[in-house]
Amino acid sequence: METLLQQIVNGLVVGSVYALVALGYTMVYGILGLINFAHGDVLMVGALVALQVVLFLQKAFPLLGAVPTLLIALTVAMAVCMALGYIIERTAYRRLRNAPRLAPLITAIGVSFLLQTLAMIIWGRNYHSFPQLITTTPLQPVEGVFITPVQIIILVSSALLMTGLILLVNKTRLGRAMRATAENHRVASLMGVDTNKIIATTFIIGSALAAVAGVMFSSNYGVAHYAMGFTPGLKAFTAAVLGGIGNLGGAMVGGVVLGLVESIGAGYLGSATDLCHLPSWAQSASLIETCANGGSFELLSSNYQDIFAFVILGIVLIFRPTGLLGERVSDRA
Amino acid sequence: MYELAEAVPWLGSRNPRAARGVVLALMLIAPMIALSAGNTWVRILDFALLYVMLALGLNLVVGFAGLLDLGYIAFYAVGAYTWAFLASPHFGLHLPFWIVLPAGAGFAALAGLILGAPVLRLRGDYLAIVTLGFGEIVRIFMNNLNHPINITNGPQGVNMLDSLSLFGWDISRHIQITDDFKINSLVLFYYVFLLCVVGSVIVIRRLQLSRVGRAWAAIRDDELAAKAIGINVRNMKLLAFSMGATFGGVAGGLFGSFQGFVSPESFSLMESIAILTMVVFGGMGNLGGVILGAIALSLLPELLRSVALPVQQALFGHVILDPEVLRMLLLSLAMIFMMLLRPAGLLPAHARYSRPELAGAGRITE
Amino acid sequence: MSITLLEAQNIGKRFGGLTALSDVSLTIRKGEVYGLIGPNGAGKTTFFNVLTGAYTPNGGEFIFAGSELPTGKPHEVVARGIARTFQNIRLFREMTALENVMAGHHLRSDSSLWGILTQNRHMREEERLITERAFEMLRYVGIERHATTLSRNLSYGDQRRLEIARALATEPQLLALDEPAAGMNATETSQLRDLISTIRQDGVTVLLIEHDVKLVMGLCDRVAVLNFGKKIAEDVPAEVQKNPEVIEAYLGSSHAH
Repeated sequence: METLLQQIVNGLVVGSVYALVALGYTMVYGILGLINFAHGDVLMVGALVALQVVLFLQKAFPLLGAVPTLLIALTVAMAVCMALGYIIERTAYRRLRNAPRLAPLITAIGVSFLLQTLAMIIWGRNYHSFPQLITTTPLQPVEGVFITPVQIIILVSSALLMTGLILLVNKTRLGRAMRATAENHRVASLMGVDTNKIIATTFIIGSALAAVAGVMFSSNYGVAHYAMGFTPGLKAFTAAVLGGIGNLGGAMVGGVVLGLVESIGAGYLGSATDLCHLPSWAQSASLIETCANGGSFELLSSNYQDIFAFVILGIVLIFRPTGLLGERVSDRA
Repeated sequence: MYELAEAVPWLGSRNPRAARGVVLALMLIAPMIALSAGNTWVRILDFALLYVMLALGLNLVVGFAGLLDLGYIAFYAVGAYTWAFLASPHFGLHLPFWIVLPAGAGFAALAGLILGAPVLRLRGDYLAIVTLGFGEIVRIFMNNLNHPINITNGPQGVNMLDSLSLFGWDISRHIQITDDFKINSLVLFYYVFLLCVVGSVIVIRRLQLSRVGRAWAAIRDDELAAKAIGINVRNMKLLAFSMGATFGGVAGGLFGSFQGFVSPESFSLMESIAILTMVVFGGMGNLGGVILGAIALSLLPELLRSVALPVQQALFGHVILDPEVLRMLLLSLAMIFMMLLRPAGLLPAHARYSRPELAGAGRITE
Repeated sequence: MSITLLEAQNIGKRFGGLTALSDVSLTIRKGEVYGLIGPNGAGKTTFFNVLTGAYTPNGGEFIFAGSELPTGKPHEVVARGIARTFQNIRLFREMTALENVMAGHHLRSDSSLWGILTQNRHMREEERLITERAFEMLRYVGIERHATTLSRNLSYGDQRRLEIARALATEPQLLALDEPAAGMNATETSQLRDLISTIRQDGVTVLLIEHDVKLVMGLCDRVAVLNFGKKIAEDVPAEVQKNPEVIEAYLGSSHAH
C-alpha cells in the first residue's frame, strides 16, 4: 500500500511537469496545427541556463540565500527561453505557415536538433549536476511515503501556473484573441486581431512554461544535460494528445494521467511479467528451479518504463484521436 | 540514374546520354580516387552507399507515398540484428549470406507491416510521431533484451559478425592477384554495395513507373480522390511501408557484415533524422535527388572533419567543434534551410513529368 | 430503356443531431441522365458521399445492377462500377494530366508486384495499353494537348474535364458528377453539356448534381428534387418544373432572383 501511495506521489510530481510542457505543445498545435518538435529542447535550454546562473550567483554572491538564487535563475531562464521561443517562431516557422503540412514539421525537427547541437557546443556532452538549493530531506506525511520539499514546490507552483494560464486564456482580451486565432486565422485577422502577434505570444508563453518545467525537472532529478529535453518533450506531447490536443484542460489531465500510469506501471511492470507467477505446469524445469531459489524471471523490467508513453500515444491516436477530453480544434487536418 | 545525370553541370540537359556515362564512370572509379587519399576515404564511400540505399528506401515511403516515417532506422536495425543472430558466434550460427540477407529483408518487411497496419489511418504529423515512437521502442528492446534471456546482448551489442562471403571469397580480406597487386577489401565492399544500389534503383524505378507507383503518388497527392478511383489505400500504404522497410533490412544486413559488430547505438533517432534529411535535401520523390542528397550529406561531414579540425587546431590550439557536433550542425541546418529556401530539394521531382517515354507513347497513338 | 441500374432504398444519414438525409428512395435507369437538384444544404452532396462510400448511411441500402452495394468502402464501390467527381475539384496535383488518367486505370489493370519487378510481357503490354487508353480518354474529353502538363497548372474548365476523364478511366456503368458546371462560363458549360451527352450516348449512365437549372432541365431525362434531406419530387423535367412544392422550395426562390 505504501509503495502504491509513493508511486502516486511520484507520478503526480512528474505528471505536473509533463502537464506544464504539454500546455506549450497544445497551445501551438491549437493555433498553428504544428507539432513544435523543438519545444522539449526549450525545456533543456531553460534548465541549463538556470544552472549557469545558479553557478554564477553561488560564486559571485555566496551570501545570497537559496530561494533568491533559484528565483533569479528561474527568471533569467524564463527570459532566455521566451526570447528563444520568439526567435524560433519568427525565423523558422512563420514563413512556412502556408506550406505543405510536412514542411513545418521537418523544420521543427531541424530546430530541435540544432538546439541540442548548440547546447552540446556550449555545455558539452556531460551530465551536469544541478545544485540542490532546497533541502532534499524527504518529509514523511504518511508512514513509509516520502515527498521532498522540492516535489511539494513543483506540485504547488505548477498548479498555480496552470490556473493562471486558464484565467489568461478564458478571461482576458489576449486570451480571447488567442482563442479567435485558433478558431480561424483569417477571420480573426479580419476582426482586427494581429494574428502574427498572437502566435508569437503563444510561443513566448509556452516557452516560459517550458523553462519553468526545465528548472523543476533538473531540481527534482539533480541533473541537466544537452539531450534532457527529448524524452520529456515526447512524453509531454503524448500527454497533450492523451488529453485532446488543442485543449488546455486536456493537456493538464493528460500530463497527470501519463505521470501516474508511468510511475505506477514501472513499479509493477517487473512483477507483472514475472514468469514465476505462472502456474507450475507452464514452467520449465530450469525456471522452477530459479523461482524456488527466491529468484525471479521478469520479462520486462522497469527499464521499459519509457515504452508506456509511446504505447499510450499510439493507442490513443489510433483508437481515440480526439483524446480523453476531446480536441477543441477538430477540423484541422 | 536518369535524374542524377540531369544534375551534371553543362552536360546534363544538353546531352543526357553523355552525362549518364559521366555519372557511371565517376561511380566506378570513385574508390580508386578515394584510395589515393587513404583507406579511410574508401570506408567513407562505402558508408555513403549504405546511406544511399537507406535514403532510397525511405524515399519510397516519404517521397512516393507521402508517409512521413521517423522510425525508419528500426528496419535497418532489424536487418543488422538478423545478420548478427544468424551469422555470428553469438548464437553459434553461421548461415550463408543468401539466407541471411533475404531473412533480414523479410523480417524488416514484416516489421514494416506490423508498424504499418495500426497507424495507417493517422494523418501526416501524427503518423510521424507514432513512427518515431516505434523506432524508440525497437531501440529500447535492443538495449534491454539481454535479460532475463540474453537475446541482443544489450548495450554492448553483438561482435564478430561473419563477413560477406561471395562464392567462397571472403570479401573482408584483400584479394592477392599477383605479388604486388591486391584488391583492397574496402574496395570490394564498395563494388558489392554499388551493385546493390544499382539493383535498388532499378527495382524502385520500375515500381515508380507502374500502376503501384501511380497509386502511391495518387495517395500522396489526395487520399480521398485516390479512394474515389478505386485504389485500395490501406493495401497500397502497407505495401509502401513494407517495401521501404525491405530496403532498410537489406542495408542493415550489409552494414552488419561490413562493420563486423552491431549495437543499439548505431540505430538512434539521430540516424533516422539523418536519412530523412538526405531525402529532403536531395529532393523528395526524385531518385537522382535522393542519391545526390545521401552522397552529399554523408561526404560533407567527413570533408568538414578533415578541414575543420586542423583549422580549429591552428586557430584556437584545441578542437572546439568535434566531428559529431559538426555533423549534427550540418544536418540540422540543412534541414531547416532546405525547408525554408528550397523545399523541393536540390533536384526537385518535376523532371519526371516530362518523361520522354510518355511523349513517345503519345506519338504512337496519334 | 427501363432496366433499373441503381435503386436507393430509404437512405438516411445523420450527423450528430442533424438529419442530412431521411428516407430518400430513388431509381436510376440504365442509360439515362438523372438529375439531382435542390437548394443549398438540401443533402445532395451527402447523398453522393453515402452512395460512393465516403460516408456510411444510418439506414437503407443501395441496389446496384442487381445486388447490394457495400457501404463505407469507396474503392469497392468504384470496383462495382460507380465513379464520381468532386464538387471542389480533387485532382492529383503533382501529376500530369496523363498520369491522372493513368492512375484512374488502376482498378482495371492487374499487373502483380512480381510482374512489375521483372517487367514481364503482360506488364509491359498492359502499361502500353494504359498509356494509349489514357491518351484516348484525354482526347475524348478534349484536352489531349495538355497531356504532359501538371494537372494543377490546367485551366479550371480543363481540370473539370480531366477529373471526368479520370473517373471514366475506371470504366464505370454509372458516372456521378457533383456540380460539374460550378464556376464555368457559358461556353465552358455548353461544351460540358455536349460532353455529358456524348458520355450518355456511349452507354454510361449519368447521375448529375447541379445548381445550373438550365443545364439540368436541358440535359436530364428525369430529375429528383431534394429539400431538407427529403425527396419532394421525381419526374421528367417538364413535370418537375410544374410541381408546386418544387417551385416553392427551389425554383420559386430562384425565380425571385
